[in-house]
Amino acid sequence: MNKGLKTLTNGILTENPTFGLVLGMCPTLATTTSAVNGMSMGLATMFVLICSNVVISMLKNLIPDKVRIPAFIVVIATFVTMVQLAMQAYVPFIYAKLGLFIPLIVVNCIVLGRAEAFAAKNSVGLSALDGLGMGLGFTLSLTVIGAIRELLGTGCVFGAHIFPENYGALIFVLAPGAFICLAYVMALVHKLMKNN
Amino acid sequence: MIYFLIFISAIFVNNIVLSQFLGICPFLGVSKKIDTALGMGAAVTFVLTLATIVTYLLNMMLVAWHVEFLQTILFILVIAALVQCIEIILKKISPSLYQALGVFLPLITTNCCLLGVAILVANGTNKLPMGADHNMLTGTLFAFATALGFSLALVLFAGIREQLAMNKIPKAMQGTPIALLTAGLLAMAFMGFSGVVG
Repeated sequence: MNKGLKTLTNGILTENPTFGLVLGMCPTLATTTSAVNGMSMGLATMFVLICSNVVISMLKNLIPDKVRIPAFIVVIATFVTMVQLAMQAYVPFIYAKLGLFIPLIVVNCIVLGRAEAFAAKNSVGLSALDGLGMGLGFTLSLTVIGAIRELLGTGCVFGAHIFPENYGALIFVLAPGAFICLAYVMALVHKLMKNN
Repeated sequence: MIYFLIFISAIFVNNIVLSQFLGICPFLGVSKKIDTALGMGAAVTFVLTLATIVTYLLNMMLVAWHVEFLQTILFILVIAALVQCIEIILKKISPSLYQALGVFLPLITTNCCLLGVAILVANGTNKLPMGADHNMLTGTLFAFATALGFSLALVLFAGIREQLAMNKIPKAMQGTPIALLTAGLLAMAFMGFSGVVG
């Protein structure tokens, strides 16, 4: 039980995909124009992470070592296609906003990275927990960055007005704001981590 | 003229790294020296153009057989196989070119600008200047121009980072944060091009 808890919190805190491992930067920058977009992207990635981790961990003794990377990619791509079709059917407005970045979960380094570094070596239960932890960590950081950008850019968080839109700096919703916002949040996290 | 505009649009106005957020990993990873940045840029240009042509043709097959949902799986496998093939062929016919690009080739498979551009062009959703049709020729030119834009951003960024390495940076900002901040300023400069091509 203790080991399970440690695996779970590892992804959320110690090895947070965005701030600790610095993986999956493309969706982190591209889809965080608002808190809702960031959270949807995080949840989609989390689903793929958990499913691919579980399946790969189940198949780890069947897949020959030499072809493991292509095999992992096929498993991941299958789940990504499922997410893509499901989102197109049930939440078309979110799918329209995230667009290209849903199929691109396939090449998100976190998913393949966890398959290779964790699921290929551990039991099914632990791999599922690792996927959940990493997914939650990713969702959390994307939501936080999305909320900050939305607040600074438009004066809203999750669509609720905090201050009038006229005082917002549009740049934070545009491309440069993504880089700048992530830079400062990451610096802050590094600072806080070091103090602990 | 329209072909020239495709280049301007893809390199400056809609730069793949600084305004579309594709290919950030190599952009942050291999941009510490101008030489490696040039090598990576050349490798991406070569593979991206080829991969776009191949995936475009394969997508026509998918559409003809009504199995478009296989797009993601097929494309990523084709790209991985293509990169392997290019590596083997290059080793045989041009050892000098292989030496220059060799190290970067395996890294390219997981470069999201490859899959991203392939999907955009195959679905006809790539950003082209007004009046340009979505067909194979414009798609290929778009891919080539996009790769040039990637190389330009990478080399510019590497040049800045070479200078940055000599400066004193606050401890918390060292490494990725300062690199991201620099990229943000670079993206702001590229925003100046917006509206040049309609």
